[in-house]
Amino acid sequence: MTEFLRSDVMVAFAVMTAVTVASRLGGYWLMGYVNVTPRVRRMLDALPGSIIVAAALPVAVNGGPVVVFAILAAMAVTIIRRNDFIAVITGMAVAAAARALGFGG
Amino acid sequence: MHATHIPKAPAYWSKAAIVPGIIAIGPMLPGTLAFGMAFGALCAQKNLSLAEVEVMMATVYGGLSQFVAVQSWPDVLTPGAIATLALLTLTVNIRFFLMSATLRPWFGTLPAWQAYPSMLLVTDGGWLAAMRYRDHGGADASFYLGGGIVLYFTWLFSAIPGFLLAEQLTDPRKYGVDLVMPAFYAAMLVPAWKGPRRAIPWVVSGVVALAVHWLVPGWWFIIAGALSGAISAGLMDEPEPQHPAGVSA
Repeated sequence: MTEFLRSDVMVAFAVMTAVTVASRLGGYWLMGYVNVTPRVRRMLDALPGSIIVAAALPVAVNGGPVVVFAILAAMAVTIIRRNDFIAVITGMAVAAAARALGFGG
Repeated sequence: MHATHIPKAPAYWSKAAIVPGIIAIGPMLPGTLAFGMAFGALCAQKNLSLAEVEVMMATVYGGLSQFVAVQSWPDVLTPGAIATLALLTLTVNIRFFLMSATLRPWFGTLPAWQAYPSMLLVTDGGWLAAMRYRDHGGADASFYLGGGIVLYFTWLFSAIPGFLLAEQLTDPRKYGVDLVMPAFYAAMLVPAWKGPRRAIPWVVSGVVALAVHWLVPGWWFIIAGALSGAISAGLMDEPEPQHPAGVSA
């Protein structure tokens, strides 16, 4: 059974869980002490777009032309159809097809 | 035009928003499943047991951070190696801090014993769907919770087929699995577009994220970009009059 759930692995998971839980609860907790002025409101409103761009843009640029092209295709589909599901499928399909055709990245 | 200055209703719970909440995260489910399967396959290659993988899915519950951590999983878990994994996890998941912060104005009126456990379900997809719902004036907390619970259990079970089929899934990129999150993000960015002025923070975020990604090893670029974007939005002057009754520009 020691191989089944190794204790050192469990310790690593516990530490990773602790920092993740602290992140998830911490922002909510902190905002209990912040007065939501119009300025704070603007900052909060800008967060969704900012997080999306910060998380996705470097990965896209790093991923090469196939990834950039697939993301642009997903955005184009969203502009036309406003359907998240079709957008995700399009992004995956474009990347899979491009790679199957021998394009790297 | 924009509803920022209209006070939104405080949070409440009702059954009415559970199904709409699940439908809203529906587009995430195939991608979450594919992402989880790819993760399960990766874990099998790193010689983690299936039970260990499931413990990680259930507790850490952060797809990108799990991927990043297992990709750099050390052969021997020394205290130093565990600290490195913790720091890596923190840099990837500190964005959850910002996400739960944005939920405070909505969930803040709920009792703490309801609000804090809800925050444990913060994920990119669930949060983005909930923010869009909130942006349209929604207040039913069940919308967020319903979607969040379905995403949690989808993620929990997604690694099992991947772990068992590891041989067949050695190259998830072949199926475009690495596009799941970026494509969903891109799809979420389009409806968030409210004119070029409100996109200035996105540009700041993107430029800072690219620079930090280029200059600093690791995953600091997410939090650096996101914070820069938010701060730039805070520094910008309000284009509209401060009076709530003012007509927006």
